[in-house]
Amino acid sequence: MHDDDTSMQELVRDDSSRKRFLKMMGGTGAAAFSIFVAACGEDEKPKKSGASSSSAAGAGRKRDLEIVQYALTLEHVETDFYDAVIRSGVIKDKALAATAAMIRDNEQEHVDALTAAVKNLGGKPQKPQTSFDSVIKGGAKKVLETAAAVENLGAAAYLGQAARIQSKEILAAALSIHTVEGRHAAALNKAAGKSILPDGAFAKPASMNEVLPQVKPFLKETS
Amino acid sequence: MKSPELGSIDVQGMTRQSFVVRGAVAAGTVYGVSAVAPFVSEALAQEGGGDVDILNFALTLEYLESTFYEQALKDVKGLAGDAMEVAKTLQANEAEHVDALAEAIKGLGGTPVKPPGVDFGGAFASQAAFLKTAQTFEDLGVGALNGAAPNIKSKAVLGSAGSIVQVEARHAAAIRELNGQPITEAAFDKALKEPQVLQAVKPYVKS
Repeated sequence: MHDDDTSMQELVRDDSSRKRFLKMMGGTGAAAFSIFVAACGEDEKPKKSGASSSSAAGAGRKRDLEIVQYALTLEHVETDFYDAVIRSGVIKDKALAATAAMIRDNEQEHVDALTAAVKNLGGKPQKPQTSFDSVIKGGAKKVLETAAAVENLGAAAYLGQAARIQSKEILAAALSIHTVEGRHAAALNKAAGKSILPDGAFAKPASMNEVLPQVKPFLKETS
Repeated sequence: MKSPELGSIDVQGMTRQSFVVRGAVAAGTVYGVSAVAPFVSEALAQEGGGDVDILNFALTLEYLESTFYEQALKDVKGLAGDAMEVAKTLQANEAEHVDALAEAIKGLGGTPVKPPGVDFGGAFASQAAFLKTAQTFEDLGVGALNGAAPNIKSKAVLGSAGSIVQVEARHAAAIRELNGQPITEAAFDKALKEPQVLQAVKPYVKS
């Protein structure tokens, strides 16, 4: 097991975060997750030189699928959020409303790309059910602060996965989305009267375990 | 994925050379050697000189940016307000990136490159000229690191590069807002190849 697998290992050990994760990912994700765990365990055993590259590559591919589905979930949350905000008309400032619309379109493109990537990896793309009523009821200031928080979280989430991605193509795609999330975060931080660089000269990553609980308030419980 | 074979070659926890060769042998038995060879040569070609070379490439860019803002703070006529505040912040960030990259290169047993000679031409003639060039540098920094990062072998180095490139993207957005430009050109930032980046910085580098 490589040391960068820590957050997934935490998910395996921590029953509550695992349940949270599985709930978000839905049935197919759960199945893929189980396969991943099995593959992961297998990966820990000493390997014979002949078979090792294919089994490790298989485990890596499974993990890439989990990461891409995770990113897709976050992008759905973002897209749904901006859709809800735009629909509500809560932002009266014209320039800010235009920024929200532009960012919304970016997030939709990320959703489309990641949906295709999940399919390419043999997965079934999952879409979470979301609700932002409580944020929108809080008014324009609350909406702006939440938008900034969500973008900072999104940027940190991509950064947290970069070193765990096996496929060069998926890594390149994730990086090209990551920096756009960083741009969004800077602009929204500025609009919210916060520093464009909350972490200073070096952006901090966030693991799945750090990110998912912060997204949870926006997810509708599905039974 | 255009080349799934690359994925199977790209195995963690082994040295690149060994898994590239091993992967090629394994993949060759499935697809036939001639089908796999182009992907292997592509993978090897993208390796370049390894992490130290990539870090030195990044260090050169950070030196350029850091020096650019340092000179701007002294030389830009009429630099004031938000533009001056941003210039100060960005200069401090780029200097921290320079230090971190130089340390990382030494940590890998490499030798950090020296700062390049610079000539920023008319970039400091006015605040508008400065902001225009700053936008070029920041967008270029994003594209350069996004292009180089997938070839980084060390997970730790990749994490550091990611942490720096996100900050460059935040810089780019801030400068673009000051220029009245959209914060991003597209939903996906470009990944630039090293020759493209070197071509773009050529006007500012004095050899």
